[in-house]
This record gives sequence, structure tokens and C-alpha cells, in this order.
Amino acid sequence: MSAHAYKKKNPVWDWLTTVDHKKIGILYLASGAFFFLIGGLEAILLRVQLLYPEFDFVGAETFNQLLTMHGTTMIFLAAMPLIFGFMNAIVPLQIGARDVAFPFVNSLGFWLFTAGGILLNLGWFLGGAPDAGWTGYAPLSTTSPGNGVDFYVLGLQISGIGTLIGGINFLVTIINMRAPGMTFMRMPLFTWSSFITSGLILFAFPALTIGLALLMFDRLFGSQFFAAEAGGNPIIYEHLFWIFGHPEVYILVLPAFGMFSEIIATFARKRLFGYSAMVFATALIGFLGFMVWVHHMFTVGLGPIANSIFAVATMLIAVPTGVKIFNWLFTMWGGKVSFPTANLFAVGFIPSFVLGGMTGVMLSVPPADYQYHDSYFVVAHFHYVIVGGVVFGLFAGMYYWWPKIFGTVLNEFLGKLHFWLFFIGFHLTFFPMHFLGLMGMPRRVYTYLSGQSLDEANFAATMGAFLMGLATIIMVWNIIQTSVKGKKAGNDPWDGRTLEWAISSPAPEYNFAQTPLVRGLDAWWLEKRAGNTQMVAAEPLDDIHMPDSSILPVLLSLGLFTAALSAIYSNWVLAIGGLALAALSMILRSVIDYHGYHIHKEDLPAEGREDK
Amino acid sequence: MKSNEAMTKLPANPERATLEGKNKFLGFWFFLGGETVLFASLFGVYLGLRNATNGGVTANELFELPLVFIATMLLLTSSLTSVFATMALKTNHFKRMIGWFVVTGLLGLGFLGLEIYEFNHYVHEYGHTIKSSAWGSAFYTLVGTHGAHVFMGISWITLLIIRNLRRGMDLYTAPKFYLFALYWHFIDVVWIFIFTVVYLMGKVG
Repeated sequence: MSAHAYKKKNPVWDWLTTVDHKKIGILYLASGAFFFLIGGLEAILLRVQLLYPEFDFVGAETFNQLLTMHGTTMIFLAAMPLIFGFMNAIVPLQIGARDVAFPFVNSLGFWLFTAGGILLNLGWFLGGAPDAGWTGYAPLSTTSPGNGVDFYVLGLQISGIGTLIGGINFLVTIINMRAPGMTFMRMPLFTWSSFITSGLILFAFPALTIGLALLMFDRLFGSQFFAAEAGGNPIIYEHLFWIFGHPEVYILVLPAFGMFSEIIATFARKRLFGYSAMVFATALIGFLGFMVWVHHMFTVGLGPIANSIFAVATMLIAVPTGVKIFNWLFTMWGGKVSFPTANLFAVGFIPSFVLGGMTGVMLSVPPADYQYHDSYFVVAHFHYVIVGGVVFGLFAGMYYWWPKIFGTVLNEFLGKLHFWLFFIGFHLTFFPMHFLGLMGMPRRVYTYLSGQSLDEANFAATMGAFLMGLATIIMVWNIIQTSVKGKKAGNDPWDGRTLEWAISSPAPEYNFAQTPLVRGLDAWWLEKRAGNTQMVAAEPLDDIHMPDSSILPVLLSLGLFTAALSAIYSNWVLAIGGLALAALSMILRSVIDYHGYHIHKEDLPAEGREDK
Repeated sequence: MKSNEAMTKLPANPERATLEGKNKFLGFWFFLGGETVLFASLFGVYLGLRNATNGGVTANELFELPLVFIATMLLLTSSLTSVFATMALKTNHFKRMIGWFVVTGLLGLGFLGLEIYEFNHYVHEYGHTIKSSAWGSAFYTLVGTHGAHVFMGISWITLLIIRNLRRGMDLYTAPKFYLFALYWHFIDVVWIFIFTVVYLMGKVG
């Protein structure tokens, strides 16, 4: 493992062993997109089942599985990796770093996530997918027959470990790896929100780890945590799940807020309005996010004091969120606003998300919540914040950063078609659900009766889902076409403001030939205004140290995957074998010295050098 | 192998002298932050279920403080010896550091032996198992998770000592040993809470 020269590698082996944050970002984006399509397909099947009253398309049992897997897939296997994909691809570039703090851990995080995601979906082929809802409440989950919920528990556990170590990696990267001059209050908003999201991951995911572990013990080893008849208490699971679950909502939406802040400022050709207020609002939302989990449990009966405290804390979150909404509006105010697809999604997000926020405040009032609880009103609310916030953010980010990640520009005509179909389909699906909920339609039920005024709104919702499906097909077509014969992107196609636009598209393996010197907020924009064509270097041109690639993350994830799958079928010999493989990989990682290698300065392309 | 240790000059705080060391130092502190939430969740579960004995043996009948006291002393002493090891690390005395870490590992092993004896005793003498009551589930999960951490720590330091015995102290090996010491202190702190919340409150609470 000593230093070795840079050489061409087998591409498959290269992707399996890479520790380059840009490649890991692409891996995250690709697998997240794959699971997004699966989760979307599940949603469309759900909507077809609800097309007509008492319709029999997939039936009750499959409906429960589709419902559980749609929620679980979209949150854990689509939104999370897509966000990690953008964090990997963009954050190190935005802070002027050559790499993340722990390249090996980064790769391990991705492969653990993938192993967990595959395990979770194996249920479809092995006798039934999980069917206890994405929340997996006990005792429904502890008594669910078959192995479905075991796939849920162990799949999420493995992918959760991956997410946790990914979060630690980004915390340390952002604290320790910033370029000279890149102070905290000069960091782009996407980096800021990634930083706060990583902190939320660190403190939220262990609660889920415990909740899932206890669920696993109850199911596999006969423990009595949630068995009321043996003195157990199922409410404990609800607490653990939501202590994780509510911060998770902010884990998802804060990076999207960060993306909008960058995109809206770039396309308004103005500095972000109220930068420090934005940073403070992001941190405050992250902090308050841990104080509100009981608002998911108002109807449990924890008493008026508990409900009131958590209700007030919930309402408080509207304040920093409102600060953000107004800052985005004021950023556009008086700007020279243009509307490429990225900005369409960003601007379309604002009214959509405000609607979701309004219903959120409505839901935060406990007496009213007794009416809304477990109805389609809640379904409407969280789809407005998650699709209207997170998914719009991911689409906006995709159109915005695609040139930097892949070096080509997505087709704008198809992009705009994608936006309008998706935007109309989204509102057509979820707006009527508010009224369905107010009229009393319960969520998670596979059908409804006719003659209750529920027919038209359900039909409209399904039509909207078809429109979103069509929009997604157009997006996929756009991606395929762009990958095959896309227009080459320049280094700075949007006249950007932040550091990633100062280097070539796609970024070279080492990101920055010379670490840049950051001289203010919107570092690259400042240099352009000063008439410079590249960043001022903070160091002389020298050999660049690169980390060693490694197959161990794949082996470790394979070991845990094998162990979990064997444990579900009580094959303990094979389970111990899997754990042994994981342990061996950890031991090898500790014992082998990874010194990395150097790219010599003579081998750097001329464009990366500054002429002296 | 460097026979004359005083000859090698290392900067102050060798565990944080390189960027890699700094990253590991900070990353490990964050990891311990996550571990804190992990154990806090388990303590919450335990507090919620500690009286749910399902008609079986209670904490007051089950626990014998002398045994727990010896286990506690072993673990607390091991924390002290790992401090001695860290001091040796900072003053660049490699052999002394290894010696103290060996003592730390042995004390940890003694603790683990007592815990295995204790669990075995409870299961066979009292029929107190992970299945017998919700309290049993919570007890074995909380104390067992801590025990698994001790086992992990012993395996870790054993591996570190074997791998680095011939290499001596440098800026590459110092962070590795330092992080283990951090981890070991954390395990100790968790045990103090377990001793209080599980055993003392079980006896008098």
C-alpha cells in the first residue's frame, strides 16, 4: 500500500473502490434516483387503487405493503441519498477543499446505505414487503406476521449507520477543511445547511438506532419492550421514533433550503438578502427541531401540559421559517431575475411550501389536531412540505449543479416541461387531499365507499399523480438524452457566485490545483467583479496528496448485509460468518497503512496553473 | 524500533499535530456525541420500564452490591490507568504508554468476566432473562450494550498494541492510541450512570 503512481483503472473496480467525494456523490445520486423511481411507481400504484370507490386493483394486503414501502423508500432511500449526493458533489468544492475529512468513511457510508436499501426491498421477493407503515409503530410492527418488518428493521439499521457516519464526516470536513479565508460566515448557504443537517443526523439517528434495535429484539429474540401484556410499553417506541423522526424532516428540508438560497441569489444576480439572518434561522430551525417531536403524538394522551409545551415549540418554528421565506422574496426584489428550470423549481417552491407551512401551524394546535389526526389532511400537509420543499429542491439542485457534476447542461425545454407538468400534477394531487381529510377520509386505508363526496377529489388526486409520473418520465428522458449527446457546459454556465464555479466542469480529481484564497462572501463573484479570471491561490503549486482507494467498504457492507439477511431466517452460522467478514474488514482497515499517493505538479494540466 | 525514546522529538499534543490527527480527534468527539444520544435513549427506556417486572424477581431482590462494587472499581481503575497511558503518550514514553494500556485492557477484561458471571447468575439462579419481563429486556439491553462496548474497546486496544508494538510513537500512531483512551473514558462515564440508575436506584429507588 505504499505510494504508487497515478494509473488508469478498470472502471467497475474503480467505482467499487473509489474514495473520491465527487464519484461517491454520483453513486449516491444514481442509487437515490433509482429508489426515487421505485418509490414513485409505488405511489402511482397506490393512487390507482384509490381511483374509484371500492376499487380492487392491488387489494388491501399489497396496499399496506406499497404504502409502507413508498414512505420508507422516499424518506430513507431516495431523499436522504440524493441530499448526500449533492453534499458530496458540492460541499468540498464550495469550501475550497481537495477532499472530505474521511474519504474511506465516506465510501463506507455509501455502501452501507446501499446494502440497507437493497435489504429493505428484498422483502418484495421473499414473501412480502414490510406492511406496518413507514413509522413501524408497535405493536402493529412487533406482531406483523411473516418477515416483512424484519427487512424494514434491519435494512434501516444498516443504512442508518451509513447515514450517521456520513454526517460525522461532513461535520468534520466543514470545520477542518475550509480553504484559507473561508470563515464560517463566508460559507455558502448550502454548505451551512449541510453542516447543520449533519449535526441533526448525528443527534437524531442514534434514537432511531435504539428504536429499531428494540423492535428487532422484540421480533427476533422474544424481548418484551413493547408487549403491554408483559409490562412493556408501546408508547416508548413512538417517542424514540419521533425523537428521530421530527429532526429527520429538517434533515431533509434544510439542505433544500440551502439550495434555494444559492439558486435564487444566482438567478436574481444579487447577493442573498439577509445572509446572517438566514444562517441564524437555519440553526434555530435545527435546534427547535429537537423540541417538537410530541406533536406527532398529540392524540396519544400525554396530557394537556405536555401537549401545550410541544404545541408552542412547534408554532415557534414558523418564525425562522418565515424569516427565510421573506429573505428569498427580498433577494428577488429588485434583482435581474431570470427563469431557467432551476429557478422555476426554486420560485415554484415558495408558494407551495408556504401552503405546507400554513397547514403545519394548523396541525400544531392540539385541539384541532384531534380532528386532523390520521386523516388525509395530514397526508396533504407533509406532502406539501416534503414534495413542495425537498423534492422541488432536489430538482432545482439537479438542473443547477448538473453542469458541475457531469460537465453537460440538461435540456432547458424538456426541463421546463418537466417543471410545469410536475408543478400542476403536484397541486392537483395534494390540494384536494386537504378537503378529503377535513371530510373525514382516514389515511392508510386501502379504499373508501361511494356516496360520501370523496369520489371526485380522489379521482383528481390520481390524475395529478399520473401527471407527476409523466413529468418524471420526461426528466428521465432528459437525463438519458443529455448523457448521450448533451451540450458541453462551460466552467461557469450560470455566472455563479460560489467557489465550485471557479474550477472546470466536471471538477478535476484533485478539485483545486492550488488551494484558493477566499476574500469574502460569494468568493468567486467577488473575484469576477474585481476583473480576475480565476481565484487567487493561497499556496504555491505543489504535489497533491490523494487518498488510497479501497474495496473494504464494499466487503464490510456485504458482511453486515449477509449477517442481517441470515438473522431474518435464523441461520445463525451464516449470520456469524457475515459479522466475521465485517469485523475482518475493520481489522484490515486498522492494520493496513494507507499512505495515499501524490499527483506530481508536472502532471497537472496547464489550465490548472496560475501563470506567474 | 527506536530504543532511545527521548531521542525522537514530537510536538506537544502529537495526537492533533497533523490534519489527519485533527480530523480524527474532532470526528471521534462527534462520534461520542452520537453515542451519548444512543445511551440516553437506552437509559430513557430503562427508566420507563424499570418497575415492569411482570410479577417476577425485582431489582431489589436481584442485585448484590458487593459484586457490582468490585466491577465498578475495576472499570474506574482502568480509566485511571488509561489516563496514565495518555500522559505517557503526551510525554512521548512509548513503552510506558503500552504498559498502562495493557493494564487498562486487563482490568476491562476483569470487568467483562464479572459481568458475564453476573448475567449467567441472574439467568440460572433467578430466571431473570431478556424474555421474562419488560424490565428484564431493558436491563439486559442497556447493561449488555455497555458490555459490548467494553468488549469492543478491549479488542481495539489489543489490535492497536499488537500492530504498533514495533513501530513506536510518531504522529501517525499517536492519534490511534489517543482515540482509544477517549473511547475508554466514555465507557467509564456511561458505567457510572448505569451504576447509579440501574443498581443504586434498583436497591433503594
